Amino acid sequence: MILDGKCPTGPIEKSWDKYRFEMKLVNPSNKRKYKILMVGTGLAGGAGAATLGELGYNVEAFCYQDSARRAHSIAAQGGINAAKNYHNDGDSVYRLFYDTIKGGDFRAREADVWRLSQVSNNIIDQCVAQGVPFAREYSGLLANRSFGGAQVSRTFYARGQTGQQLLLGAYQALSRQVKAGTVKLHPRTEMVDLVVVDGVAKGITIRNLVTGEITSHWGDAVILATGGYVNVFYLSTNAMGCSVTAAWKACEKGAFMANPCYTQIHPTCIPQHGDQQSKLTLMSESLRNDGRCWVPKKAEDCEKPVTEIPEEDRDYYLERKYPSFGNLAPRDIASRAAKEQCDDGRGVGPGKRGVYLDYQTAIDRVGENTIKERYGNLFDMYEKITDENAYKQPMRIYPAPHYSMGGLWVDYNCMSNVPGLFVLGEANFSVHGANRLGASALMQGLSDGYFVIPYTVGNYLAGVKPGEVTEEHAEFKRSREEVESRIDKLKNIKGDRSVASFHRALGKIMWEDVGMARSKESLTDALKAIPKLRDEFWQNVKVTGAKDTRNGQIEDAGRVADFFEFAQVLAADALHREESCGGHFRVEHQTEDGEATRDDENFCYVAAWEYKGVGKAPELHKEPLKFENIKLAVRSYK
Amino acid sequence: MDLTLYVWRQEGPDAKGKLEQYEAKNVSPDSSFLEMMDIVNEDLITSGIDPIELDNDCREGICGTCGCVINGIPHGPQKETTTCQLHMRQFNDGDSITIEPWRAKAFPVVKDLVVNRSALDNIIQSGGYTSAYTGEQIGEANNTLISKPVADYSMDAAACIGCGACVAACPNGSAMLFTSAKIAQLAVLPQGEIEAAERVGEMTEAMLNAGFGNCTNHYECEAACPKGISVKFIAKTNREYIKALAK
Repeated sequence: MILDGKCPTGPIEKSWDKYRFEMKLVNPSNKRKYKILMVGTGLAGGAGAATLGELGYNVEAFCYQDSARRAHSIAAQGGINAAKNYHNDGDSVYRLFYDTIKGGDFRAREADVWRLSQVSNNIIDQCVAQGVPFAREYSGLLANRSFGGAQVSRTFYARGQTGQQLLLGAYQALSRQVKAGTVKLHPRTEMVDLVVVDGVAKGITIRNLVTGEITSHWGDAVILATGGYVNVFYLSTNAMGCSVTAAWKACEKGAFMANPCYTQIHPTCIPQHGDQQSKLTLMSESLRNDGRCWVPKKAEDCEKPVTEIPEEDRDYYLERKYPSFGNLAPRDIASRAAKEQCDDGRGVGPGKRGVYLDYQTAIDRVGENTIKERYGNLFDMYEKITDENAYKQPMRIYPAPHYSMGGLWVDYNCMSNVPGLFVLGEANFSVHGANRLGASALMQGLSDGYFVIPYTVGNYLAGVKPGEVTEEHAEFKRSREEVESRIDKLKNIKGDRSVASFHRALGKIMWEDVGMARSKESLTDALKAIPKLRDEFWQNVKVTGAKDTRNGQIEDAGRVADFFEFAQVLAADALHREESCGGHFRVEHQTEDGEATRDDENFCYVAAWEYKGVGKAPELHKEPLKFENIKLAVRSYK
Repeated sequence: MDLTLYVWRQEGPDAKGKLEQYEAKNVSPDSSFLEMMDIVNEDLITSGIDPIELDNDCREGICGTCGCVINGIPHGPQKETTTCQLHMRQFNDGDSITIEPWRAKAFPVVKDLVVNRSALDNIIQSGGYTSAYTGEQIGEANNTLISKPVADYSMDAAACIGCGACVAACPNGSAMLFTSAKIAQLAVLPQGEIEAAERVGEMTEAMLNAGFGNCTNHYECEAACPKGISVKFIAKTNREYIKALAK
C-alpha cells in the first residue's frame, strides 16, 4: 500500500496557517460531550491533555507513574530550540526547518517539520506565561546556548533541568484542569490493549498497577503519547518503566510502525561500570559546547593517567574529522566517531569503551566558576556515579541508546492509519527523520501537545457522533478477557528464568547486532536469535506473586514480551533499508573514510510496517518523501 | 561487598508490616543502591519469595519516584542525593542496612516500600500554577523582563522533584517545604505574582486538609532534600501568607 501523509500543498510558508483555517471546528457547547483518552502525561501528553481540557473537551489521562509529573520527559537536560533569532545570528523559522530536515538526513516530511519550526516560538511564549524559570541574562532577557547540529544560538534552557521545568509547566496546566473538572487523571495505570470497533479506535483496556484490576475505558478519540522504545536495548538512558507496550498494542490492532530502525545512540553518556548495570545515564549534549572529545593517539597510552599524555599525543578526533562543526557535530556522527576510536583500540576506562571529554581548555579560558555555573549539576551527577571530579580530570563518556526517531506512523494530523487513534511526541515517527538534533525532542513534544493536536483532533471529532460506542460494546469485554488470559498464561509458565534475565539477553542481541553499526550478516543473525529467545521466554519465564496486587514482575513480563515482537520488526526494517542514514548505519554503505552513504534513489520513503502475527514477517507499506523546498544533498558537517 | 539488609515488608495498606532480614552478596561498590536491590530481588525470585516492591523510574535523580528511609535517613546517608543516585561505595563490606518506606499520615503504604503520595498532587491541583491558557498570542516572551537574581531564585525553588523526603524527615509529617517551594517559585515572577494571594491560601489549606502536619521549624526537610531546597522558601511563604491576610 502507498500511504498518504495528507500534507497540505502550496507554498510551505503558508501551509500550516492555510490548513488550520480549512479544518472543521467543534461548537464550544458540544465539546464537553466528547470524551478523549490521553495515554501518557509527559510533555506531549501532559500539554495535550491540559489544552484539550481547557478547550472544553472531557479528557481522561492515564500514566503508569504514581503522578503525572514524573514522565521521562523530566530527565531532558539541555534545552529546547526555538527560532526566535534573539541574537541576530541569522536564525529564522526557515533555518530551523532547514537544520531539522538536514539533521534528520532527509528522511522526514517537509510539511511536518515546517509546522514544528513555525510553532517553536509560540512554545517559548507559552512556557514563560506558565512561570517556567528559563535562564536569563542580567538584562532580564532570556538566555540562549548553542547545541549540536546548528550554527546559531537558539536553545533555551533552565539550568541542566530544562525537561523538568517544561514538564512541570505542563503538569501545572494539567493540574489546573483537574481542579476545573475537565481532566480526570488515572495514575498508576498501564494501557494493555487498544479497543478498535469496526476499524475505528474507541477505547483502551488498562491494568491498575496497585490492585491488578483490568478495566476498559471508552473514548471518541484515543491519543497515545507514550514515548519511545529504546529500552529494547535493555541498557539505555530511558526510565525503567519506558516500554513499547502501548504502541505495540496499537500495532497488534492494525496501526503501522514506521521507521523503527531509526534509533538514536547518544554520544555523551557515562560508560558502563560492569555487569550489575541496570541503566545508563546521559549527560546533556550541551557539555560538548565547552568540552573537547579526545583519545590517545597511541593505543599503548590508553592505560596511562591523563597527565602523562602530552598534548601532541592526543587525538581530538571530532575537531580533526569535522573542522567546521568540531565537537558540536550531530549526535549520530559523534557517536559513531567515538565507537570508531574504541574499535581502533584507543578507548579509555573499563573495557576500553570510553573517550575523554575534556574541560581543561575551557576552564583555562573562562575559569572554573563559569564552567560550574553552566554545567555544575552535570559535573556533580558525574561525580556521584563515577567518583571522579571532572574539574580535575577529563570525563569519560560512551554512546548509549537514547531516543527513537521511529514510531507509530501518523499523517499530518498526527493520526495513525487506524482512524481515531492519534500519536504524539516520541511515540510517533514524524519530524526527526533518521536522526534527531539536540533540544528538538522537547520542542516536538510541546508542539504536538499545545499547538497541533488541539486543532487536528477537533477536525476529526467534528465528523464523529459523541459517545456512540461505550464500554457496553462486546469488543471491550473481549479485550479484557484477552488481557486476563495473557497474564494467566505468563504466570502459569512457572519456568526457571527471571523476566530481567530475558530482557538483558534480548538487549545484548540488539546492542551487538542491531546497534550502532549494522550489517546484513548481523541483522540476519538477530532475526534468528530473537525468535529463539522469545520461544524460550514463553516456555521458561518465571513470574511469581499474585496478580490482584502490585506486582512489578507482571508489568515487566508484559513489556518484555512486547519487546520481543517489536524487536523483530526493528531488525527487519534495518535489514530492508540498504543504505546508511542518520541513526541507521549499515557497514555495507559507507564511504572510504567511514561516512554514511544514503541511497535517495531507492530509499527516500517512510517504511511503515504492518504486524501480521507471531512468527510471520511484517508487511511493508511505503510513503514516498518529496523534497520541494530543500534540495536533497549529502549531509556534511566537515 | 556483602551486606545484611533489614527490609520493611507489608502486604497492603491495612496489613501489619515487619522487618525481614535478607543478604546481599557480591555487590560491586560501583553499583547504585537500586542495582543492589535488583540483585536481592533476583535472588528472592529464584528462591520463590515475592520480590521487594519499591518505586523507581528514571534512576537519574530527577523524576522523584524513588525513595526509602535508609538507616533512618530519607534517601540515605549521602547529602543531596536521591536513593537511585546513592552508590554502594558509600557503605562498607559487612554493613547492616535498614530500609523502610516514607512514614507519614498523608502517605499510606501501598506495599512494602511503596507509598501513596497523591496528596502532593492534590496540593498542586489546589492552586500551584499560573492560570495561563494555551494560546498563540499569549505574549512575546521577551516582553516580560525578569532580572537574573529573581529568575535564579525562582529556579532554586522550582528544582523540587516532589519525592516527599521532606515529609518523611519532618517530625510533624509536614509538606511545608514542598508546598512553599511552589508558592515561592511563582510568587516572585511577574506571571505568578497576580494570583499569589489566592494561591498561598489555597495551597496551605490543601496541605492541611490532606493530613500533613504544620511546620515547627525543625529544618529536617532541608537536610533530607535531595535537591537542597532551602527553608528560606518557608519563610517566604509565611510572608506571602501574611501579605494575603492584609488584602
